[in-house]
Amino acid sequence: MIKEILTRWPVVRQLLTHSDGTGVEAMSDRTRNLAPKNRDAQVARSVCPYCAVGCGQLVYHKEGKLVSIEGDPDSFISRGRLCPKGSDSFELLTHANRETRIKYRKPYSTRWEELELETAMDMIADRVWDTRERTFEEERDREVVMHTTAMAHLGGATLDNEENYLIKKLFAAGLGMVCISNQARI
Amino acid sequence: MPGLGTSFGRGGATLGPSDLVNSDAILIMGSNMAENHPVGFQWVIEARERGATVIHVDPRFSRTSAMADIWAPLRAGSDILFLGGLIHYVLENKKDFREYVIHYTNASIILPEEFKDTEDLGGVFSGWDAKNRSYDSNAWLYGACVGGGRVAPKSAGRHSGRHSGHCKDGAGAAADLGNCECDPTLSHPRCVYQVLKKHYSRYTPELVERFCGVPRERFLKIAETFCSASGPEKTGAICYALGWTQQSKGPQIIRAAAILQLLLGNVGRPGGGILALRGHASIQGSTDIPTLYDILPGYLAMPNLGLDSKNLADYVATHRDPTGWWWNFDKYIVSLLKAYYGEEAKKENDWGFNWLPRVTGDHSHQGYFLEMLDGKVEGLFVMGQNPAVAGPNSRLERKALSKLKWLVVRDMVELETASFWYDSPEVERGELRPEEIATEVFLLPAAGHAEKDGCFTNTQRLLQWHQKAVDPPGDARSETWFMFHLGRRLKEKAKQDPRPRNAGLSALTWDYSVEGTMQEPKVEEVLQEINGYQVDDHTLVTGFTELKADGSTACGCWIYSGVFPRPGENRANQRNSQDLWGHGWGFAWPADRRILYNRASARPDGRPWSERKKLVWWDEQKKEWTGLDVPDFARTKAPNYQPPKHAEGDEALAGDKPFILHPDGTGWIFAPKGLADGPLPTHYEGLEAPVGNPLYPDRQSNPAAMRDERPENRYASSPDDRFPYVMSTYRLTEHHTSGAMSRMLPHLAELQPEFFCEISPELASERGIENGGWVTVMTPRGIVEARALVTRRMRPLLIDGKMVHQVGVPYHWGSRGLVKGDSANDLVAISEEPNVRIMEAKGILCDVSPGRRARGKAALDQLNAHLGRK
Amino acid sequence: MPTSAFLTDASVCIGCKACEVACKEWNHIPDDGFEWSGQSYDNTHALGASTWRHVLFLEEKQPMGPQLAGIEEPFRWQFLSDVCKHCENAGCLEACPTGAIVRTELESVFVQHDICNGCGYCVVSCPFGVVDKSHEVGTAFKCTFCYDRQRDGLMPACAKACPTQSIRFGELEELRREAHERVEKLQDRGYNDAQIYDPTGSSVGGTHAIFVILGQPEAYNFPPAPEVPTIHLKSAWGAALVSALVVVLVVCLAFAL
Repeated sequence: MIKEILTRWPVVRQLLTHSDGTGVEAMSDRTRNLAPKNRDAQVARSVCPYCAVGCGQLVYHKEGKLVSIEGDPDSFISRGRLCPKGSDSFELLTHANRETRIKYRKPYSTRWEELELETAMDMIADRVWDTRERTFEEERDREVVMHTTAMAHLGGATLDNEENYLIKKLFAAGLGMVCISNQARI
Repeated sequence: MPGLGTSFGRGGATLGPSDLVNSDAILIMGSNMAENHPVGFQWVIEARERGATVIHVDPRFSRTSAMADIWAPLRAGSDILFLGGLIHYVLENKKDFREYVIHYTNASIILPEEFKDTEDLGGVFSGWDAKNRSYDSNAWLYGACVGGGRVAPKSAGRHSGRHSGHCKDGAGAAADLGNCECDPTLSHPRCVYQVLKKHYSRYTPELVERFCGVPRERFLKIAETFCSASGPEKTGAICYALGWTQQSKGPQIIRAAAILQLLLGNVGRPGGGILALRGHASIQGSTDIPTLYDILPGYLAMPNLGLDSKNLADYVATHRDPTGWWWNFDKYIVSLLKAYYGEEAKKENDWGFNWLPRVTGDHSHQGYFLEMLDGKVEGLFVMGQNPAVAGPNSRLERKALSKLKWLVVRDMVELETASFWYDSPEVERGELRPEEIATEVFLLPAAGHAEKDGCFTNTQRLLQWHQKAVDPPGDARSETWFMFHLGRRLKEKAKQDPRPRNAGLSALTWDYSVEGTMQEPKVEEVLQEINGYQVDDHTLVTGFTELKADGSTACGCWIYSGVFPRPGENRANQRNSQDLWGHGWGFAWPADRRILYNRASARPDGRPWSERKKLVWWDEQKKEWTGLDVPDFARTKAPNYQPPKHAEGDEALAGDKPFILHPDGTGWIFAPKGLADGPLPTHYEGLEAPVGNPLYPDRQSNPAAMRDERPENRYASSPDDRFPYVMSTYRLTEHHTSGAMSRMLPHLAELQPEFFCEISPELASERGIENGGWVTVMTPRGIVEARALVTRRMRPLLIDGKMVHQVGVPYHWGSRGLVKGDSANDLVAISEEPNVRIMEAKGILCDVSPGRRARGKAALDQLNAHLGRK
Repeated sequence: MPTSAFLTDASVCIGCKACEVACKEWNHIPDDGFEWSGQSYDNTHALGASTWRHVLFLEEKQPMGPQLAGIEEPFRWQFLSDVCKHCENAGCLEACPTGAIVRTELESVFVQHDICNGCGYCVVSCPFGVVDKSHEVGTAFKCTFCYDRQRDGLMPACAKACPTQSIRFGELEELRREAHERVEKLQDRGYNDAQIYDPTGSSVGGTHAIFVILGQPEAYNFPPAPEVPTIHLKSAWGAALVSALVVVLVVCLAFAL
């Protein structure tokens, strides 16, 4: 026990190993126990959310929290590498300006208010239904039109295929919204 | 996508970045690949290390130029002149890969007498309707061919209304080529090859120097270098991005590159083809499974009132080609309708065809934002996009948002689109006051990519699954969650209200399982629906060849079919790469073919062109195609197969026709159908230009492009003393698009903290601008201020005897975030290229003056004063 | 244990700064403030307490080997990622009075910030201007050579991220060989000014972060012959001893007279 305490003292280690006090003998406990933060973490295999190269990413997480994100060396596209944006993916998901609550603005208001998620969903559904009800066109010159141009959707290039599929399915095939667009053109 | 789609058959890159390692020459144009696709660029460096020559042609000397072997400056907007110059060079010097051209392209087809080129008509092709400012979409068909075969049905020509630019070419029965005459010697004056030659006869190196600003010797060096990467032993690739697409003639620029690659015999071969470098994680996906107005999943057309929408039979007849792969069109639309509407979709009700909404006009981003400005749009959903910064004429877009009754924004941060009502230049300038804005705004937090399951489709058509690692924080949810639960609520309302208008919504299949405390839908179920299944027992299909038109199959997106062929086998989630092209890792559409049109990597007789460039070849023993990639061809069709008379579909294509989506199986040098503005790319100046069109003085810009002119969206004249400089917007590697994913993040924001304008030393000297100072940039649309970055990397060009200055403006800034700045898109007009309705953001006119702009309302006075100048 | 080293090659660097970000992300380093420099694309300015990888941007009126770039006159734009050199004889380590700076078993130089007392002696002793004190925290920081990652056999974050492998990581002698081969290959291709920066000839005795550069070291702010301040130790102590003797002598004389 005393021996153990003594050998943690750099001077003692220095004397015992005949070294000059600038090497491992001078390391603190913290240094000697240094380990990468993703040791023993679980890994999810992912894809960078930025550009369209689609670099592989390894998402390290422990107990429901993200630990770090880096490149996936197995990817034949990226071979483990990431550009500055891809390298910043952990910050993308954890930075201080990330929104986690609903913000709601009443007509003519000068400020945001809070809103519960389920309430917001109900309100949005009501808005959609109301607008659609008043503006839906079933036919024109006895030909089927089945659409509304009073509601629109924008978005998609950063979304998953499954998300875009459901958007087109519900909004167009279900509700008759034709005004649908995203960043893509050609 | 129509550029590649009409040329080759599918709107997607023909190769991926890793295949560039096989290139002998790489031409990067309309792209800053090292900047915007840095990790993809590693393959360009590898190619260069192995001896490939890398050529970069661009208005700016960028981080890509720094790594290129040859760089040439280019006047923004003159890309077709340059590419036409290369085509001219190939034809004049007989550098085309003759055997490839004869067998694999439509160069030998003899065009009808009625066809007239721009050289004949002073800048337009035959079929131009000056009143409607559009072309007759059947004007360039081979169709009036003699000697038997089917003739184009007359009705196809009588439809008015604009044909969708994104969908398959819409050729339908009208594309039937019957027994067209060909001249395999390529010498008949009306064969495509000779018409091409005549079309580009004036695109000489001298013209390129005079109007592109590329010194003649540099141009010839590039031409020599790139065009020698051709033939059995060599290939060259072309990489492009938004430098080409964000122009009023974008698809035509891409067409010019496609023509060049077909002439050089580079398509479908390792290290060859065209790499379309797209800009967002799943933008290929958002075009394939489109959140676009004019198409349905898999490039099927949205029904268009008056064009094809009378009933399903009419719709199919308009779009189904009698020959080539699109003969299967009906199988795909019926399977899609079954996926959407399930049990209620029956033969008697045309499988629910009449529940699909009809397109009746311009419902694109530009189209509906203009309607929104006029108060005609009540509600808008915005998910993962930021039009307040990145939309064309972002000033107009922000004002348009203020006319909405309600707005739902879903994103990870409070971006400018959500805060326009209290934090925007319009509020600062008094143009908008919160107390007067009626818009009800909902900002819902969104889950990030590591917080949800799902797949992206990247620039090389590859579906890759991202696995969920952790739950999203707080009230943040995925879009899948949002759409599912919104849909659930709306279907409830429809149930209470069984009028015909709600029949589609009620019929919509919407019973995805949910799991966990958040009630998150099981994303794999959605992907399985996209893959397709047998309706009776929900067995997954293994590919699109199993799809039928009799209602027995359902499939959400036929080109993705095969991604989930068996339970538990999500190929997008496979990560066992076998080779350079990544077989075993992810799933490339279609059918996991990595290099498209790879039949062309073999000779007409089925042997590889060379050992060095072998990819796919005919195995005479096994009587099938084999090789290093999945053959993009009917596996057992022999190379010498000749179709019997009246054969249909793929059986109508011979064994030496690689472009199987086309009704004639050839690569289209001449595009008889599919583009709204011409079968051959023609040089027009941009909608604003510093010079007149040297080729056709009476046709300054693309006659079919739309300007959407109105007081908030004005244009400069060409040229214009008030706006003497040529400007292009672009991206920096440190930021991402509108900045919502970079300006809010300290580690990226600090790398490029301020909005700057890149200026040449000559322009700086002329206007008294100092490096590190400020400049004010103005166009007829807007006024912004930026830091002045004076650099040799920008240079003025001598164009037709006068000095033309070019400036560069990165567009990442807005009023929110850790680093803020004016938005460059305030300067860009809302304009619409005729096929895909993309705006022109490259090569527009501006003024640059030293000093900061006025603050508040005075900024508008400053702009108006400038506009008022003569 | 093998000597860990970096080889950073300017001829394939695309100036993307992935190295800067990957390092900051891994090591939880804060941003440096948002100050635009107007100097090409370099807004990071220099290595310091909160920047351990710094990319330089050089716009020069010279050709880049055989590259056809400039029109009327030659022009090139090159980039290089600078980093702590982990010197063979490290000025910072020798100056540190508390033993906070140590040589690890990987032969890298590591600052233990739980020991560091913020005296700042290391800052003035580094011939490359690398190590620096953080104003917020008060102690010294520099590149750790991802000592924590290397412990588990992982490569440093910057080397892993670098899209073009301009930053290569490995064993020192192996990388020295690679560097020589690379310079030969570049010179064959016409990059006449390709050379290695690895100052073995001065008191630093060589570094564990070597570079393939195009042009003179000074262009990259590299001292051609960096010296550790302790080379002056002998003469400094000698001078001190002489001064002490002189003082004693004078005092004695003062009392004697």
